[in-house]
Amino acid sequence: MRPIELRNIHKSFGALTVLSGASVRVEAGTSGVVMGGSGSGKSVLIKHIVGLLKPDEGEVLVGEDRVDALEGDALDRVRLSIGYLFQSGALFDSMDVADNMAFFMDRHTDLTTAEQRDRTEELLSWVDLADKLHAQPAELSGGQRKRIALARALVLEPSIMLYDEPTTGLDPISVRSVSELIVRLREERGLTSVAITHDLLCAEIIADSVHFLSDGCIVASGTLDEVRQSDHPAVVPFFESSTTSSP
Amino acid sequence: MPSERSIITRAFAEIGLCSEFIATFFLRFWRRPFEGRELLRQMDDVGSKSFLLTGVTGFAIGIVLAMQSRGTLMRFGAEAVLPSMLALSVVKEIGPVITSLVLAGRLGAGMGAEIGSMRVTEQIEALEVAALKPYHYLVITRVLACFFMFPILTLWTDAIALMGGYLESVLASGMDYRIYFSTAFESLRFSDVLVDTGKTSIFGLIVGLVSCYLGFNVRGGTREVGRAAMKAVVMSSLLILIADVIIVRLSLVLFGSI
Repeated sequence: MRPIELRNIHKSFGALTVLSGASVRVEAGTSGVVMGGSGSGKSVLIKHIVGLLKPDEGEVLVGEDRVDALEGDALDRVRLSIGYLFQSGALFDSMDVADNMAFFMDRHTDLTTAEQRDRTEELLSWVDLADKLHAQPAELSGGQRKRIALARALVLEPSIMLYDEPTTGLDPISVRSVSELIVRLREERGLTSVAITHDLLCAEIIADSVHFLSDGCIVASGTLDEVRQSDHPAVVPFFESSTTSSP
Repeated sequence: MPSERSIITRAFAEIGLCSEFIATFFLRFWRRPFEGRELLRQMDDVGSKSFLLTGVTGFAIGIVLAMQSRGTLMRFGAEAVLPSMLALSVVKEIGPVITSLVLAGRLGAGMGAEIGSMRVTEQIEALEVAALKPYHYLVITRVLACFFMFPILTLWTDAIALMGGYLESVLASGMDYRIYFSTAFESLRFSDVLVDTGKTSIFGLIVGLVSCYLGFNVRGGTREVGRAAMKAVVMSSLLILIADVIIVRLSLVLFGSI
């Protein structure tokens, strides 16, 4: 198990400054949730952890590895230890669910076809979608796509999971179901995870720690209740306007 | 309105990005990882699924060219040279260019849209995060498939066009097939077939690289995907025509005229 730390991250795209000194630390084996309004830079922040983006300034640490300084095979080695659930699921449209699951195993493991099938069936059962083995991504609902994408992110047995808006666009039942899967994942496999979301229900279910991003910086950190009580001018209206059931 | 300076800056940035994309192809296509299975799948997609389209195109070219040329040649008493004229026109210019333009329409739009939608739905990032090489998997396989399949499809189109011309000749004048084909092939030199069919490999590279570049660099949503597909067809077609002029000029310098 490895902690994740982003130190003083600055990132601009041309004249647009998205991050200006954001720092987040998520302890090993815990779930950190980065919250913030739309367009606050949450996705940009999480993409630094897998090296999809390089910071203009600052450090990205995954365990002992300085991800922002890695290239080539060394970066690939870190990436293989990280599972990433994309906002859209990012299932490959041209393949059915079974092929989506086998795609990464084919390229990164020595598993036989039978072993790959066993792992696929085990993971699909885990997300309660064993009957969707030969479904095309287009035939799946939003919640099913997210759960299949979560199963696919686990095929290489990562030690870290990143979730980019795991519940956006889902109905409340699916939000709860996907969020509970994330909690089970941490409890059963002890994964360190970072999720970005503006969904309060999801954060209530999965967060050990919450980090609130506004104007490119983390303006409040702590447990969800601690962040909720922050009097920062960006945090107060966010929680006031969010409607959710109380824990 | 954007200033002239920003338009020029963006144009140079685009040229730089495009040049880097093309250079990356030549630096990487012979290096690992080799996506052999995907290359075969793409060759099937580019090739076997285009046989009907190019075949029908070739047949129409052959028949129409024969019908339109016959009257003119008859006026000069030169009907006998129709097979030679057909063979030279089809093999040297019409077959390669029309086949490549038809394929640019079918494949350019398809590749631009497919890769573009993979970009906007984060599938390309998913490959990258899984320590795979999206450029190898998506771009090199498609460009090589075009490189290999364009000449094969061109030969197929040429053959069907000559068959179409023969059919017209039989119906119009009852020409014997031995006379038709021997006259047709006697007029062709090996260099005609080699250079003029081989140049379609370059057209294939153009279609593959342009379409993949535009798809790979889509930013935004579905509207941009549609624009990338449309631009892929337009740019590929224009570049094919420009490349054709350059290659024909070079081949005349190297191999001489007919």
